[in-house]
Amino acid sequence: MTANGWLQIVVYMVVLLALSMPLGRYMARVYAGRATFLAFVERPLYRLFGEGASAEQGWRQYALAMLLFSGLGMLVVYALQRLQAALPLNPAGLAAVAPDSAFNTAASFATNTNWQGYSGEATMSYLSQMLGLSVQNFVSAASGMAVVAALIRGIARRTTATIGNFWVDLTRTTLYILLPLSLLLALALVSQGVVQTFGPYVDAPMLQATTGVDGGPVTAQVLPMGPAASQVAIKQLGTNGGGFFNVNSAHPFENPTPLSNFLELLAILLIPAALCTTFGALVGDARQGRALLAAMLIVFVPLLVVGVAQEQAGTPQLAAQGVDLAASDAQPGGNMEGKELRFGVVGSAMWAAATTAASNGSVNSMHDSYTPLGGLVPMFLMLLGEVIFGGVGSGLYGMLAFAIIAVFIAGLMVGRTPEYLGKKIEAFEMKMAALVILIPCAVVLGGAALAVATPWGRGALYDPGVGYTSIYNPGAHGFSEVLYAFASMGNNNGSAFAGLGANNPFYNVVGGLVMLIARFWLMLPVLAVAGSLAAKKAVPVGPGTLPTHTPLFVALLIGVVIIVGVLAFVPALALGPIVES
Amino acid sequence: MHTLTNQIRPAIVSLLALTLITGLIYPLAVTMIAQAAFPHQANGSLIVVGGQVRGSALIGQPFDDPKYFWGRPSATSPTAYNAAASAGANDGPLSPALAEAVQARIDALRAADPQASGPYPVDLVTASASGLDPQISPAAAAFQVRRVAAARGLSEEQVRQLVAQYTEGRTLGVLGEPRVNVLALNLALDALQ
Repeated sequence: MTANGWLQIVVYMVVLLALSMPLGRYMARVYAGRATFLAFVERPLYRLFGEGASAEQGWRQYALAMLLFSGLGMLVVYALQRLQAALPLNPAGLAAVAPDSAFNTAASFATNTNWQGYSGEATMSYLSQMLGLSVQNFVSAASGMAVVAALIRGIARRTTATIGNFWVDLTRTTLYILLPLSLLLALALVSQGVVQTFGPYVDAPMLQATTGVDGGPVTAQVLPMGPAASQVAIKQLGTNGGGFFNVNSAHPFENPTPLSNFLELLAILLIPAALCTTFGALVGDARQGRALLAAMLIVFVPLLVVGVAQEQAGTPQLAAQGVDLAASDAQPGGNMEGKELRFGVVGSAMWAAATTAASNGSVNSMHDSYTPLGGLVPMFLMLLGEVIFGGVGSGLYGMLAFAIIAVFIAGLMVGRTPEYLGKKIEAFEMKMAALVILIPCAVVLGGAALAVATPWGRGALYDPGVGYTSIYNPGAHGFSEVLYAFASMGNNNGSAFAGLGANNPFYNVVGGLVMLIARFWLMLPVLAVAGSLAAKKAVPVGPGTLPTHTPLFVALLIGVVIIVGVLAFVPALALGPIVES
Repeated sequence: MHTLTNQIRPAIVSLLALTLITGLIYPLAVTMIAQAAFPHQANGSLIVVGGQVRGSALIGQPFDDPKYFWGRPSATSPTAYNAAASAGANDGPLSPALAEAVQARIDALRAADPQASGPYPVDLVTASASGLDPQISPAAAAFQVRRVAAARGLSEEQVRQLVAQYTEGRTLGVLGEPRVNVLALNLALDALQ
């Protein structure tokens, strides 16, 4: 690894942590109701919601509100796609999206996954994009953050029946956090060259004509335009990841300079990191938030360094062909296949680690072309259950479930009733935390097993009677691709390996269900824990209490995260990537 | 049931209101500010020479004439640098397809300049992620100086100076990679003669 590589990593981590702390404290003010400068927008909204709609809710009511909102949002996205041919703002005259694909996309965007089974710009009208997908980019992120705010209240409050109000949390997250940050980031990105226009595509003559497939000359380039910056900003901040153009953040109009790359990379981890500070502030003990952040960093940073170093080393195969892989001030060197020159190896491999850690799923380089070990880093981060930073909100509530398991295990060792932040952890909390941890494993492995066990999942390569091909590569590589797809959907990440035909009824329907289960069947137990903890009284700290801000606890937490992740997936990895290499 | 009906109204109202705010007002506001503050960037950073659009400073173009500098290999279809269909090659690092493609690119470089010999700068023989990469490394530009100078009847020193003029360092000395914009450099070469 080069000196500049180390420097870029250090600068990134320092700026990320420096920004996440003030933002985290600000978000704590938002969730405590102390930030009020947008009250003139909020109050009329709450009046429209109806009388009593913004009052405190118990966990069941909170969960019901969240499910209703997500369900309704999903229905709207589905309807927009099915009816887009008859609706305005469809200049390309695109037809209605097929029912299975529309279901998959609606589930994908409502669950903050942004798995894109459909083929990009050729499918969605402007109206479906703007009123369906872009809106879900904001509100699915806001729902995840609302749920973690409710869980934190449950931990912080004592002997009460309520955990906040979903409609208020949803509205405040969108207005006070996501919109202002998106506006700032979008304008910064435009200043770097990200396009933001409703104007038509531009025809530009080329300096040197090239030969087309029909043998005739191609003399002009069609430059695509669109309101990209506004969508790119929220796709990064809300850990959504769905790109505006086909190659996502590798496209020069989505990510034109090293500075835009740095800002988008910051945006991926900014809110997940800041939420740790928010947690500490809301439970009244900043050390608790720092402990969780430390656990995330201790897993993330070494993987990041390994990924960059592997990509910087490149492959001996290329070197044997007479290619210069040595990094210098004149060239990036390393494995540049599928990477953009302006980001180089360092800016690309850092992105790959961050985007899979944060369940973001956007890419600025082609992960399929990574070296074997460099490519294992993104896969590993995804399979850890998206709790190393993770999605906005969902990453932290997943990590808190692991914290509950960790104090329980510690309690077993010394034979005491476990407690976390002054709340006794009993059978109910343990059951719910176990659900949060086991459900993603179950749907990932179950989905992948169903896919390889049925003709509809295996596709025409194995069963010629099936009308479509899904697995293109036979053997272990094909299995890796199926596993990656379900790992991505079952952890609400959304990044994809090319080489799997996933836009067919089987993958659309099963994948859609996997995404829905992995999102909402986790949120329900999380809210149940919130309700149960809120009702408890605080136990005073005693000599037998395990402090949860110490290096010892951080190590225990990391151990639990890694052991659960590794134990659940090693058998499946052994059948796929490990056989392959 | 009472609680369910109580929640239906806020569900509908909040979805409508947030759709209006995030789906319409937000993108329109960003567009208005962007068009006022950064019109050049917001509209594609177009290179305009003599009132005519010659391309975008951010989107590469295909070159295989020896008198031009060549950019990164592009995997877009049906032709290279098809800006309407960005794509990477998605070749695995150990795949025979990648080895063949790299060999073909090396052969093309040698066919255009028989004196050329390795080692070949890696970015000049590997496909970019977008297929539209506008830049090459200074090493990839230096590799091509002799060929371009010979094809144009310029001295290598003249071409090298022009490359230096169009070379950008790392942003703030730290971020990204040193790079040369291929289209801008080629336009400058044409303007020289």
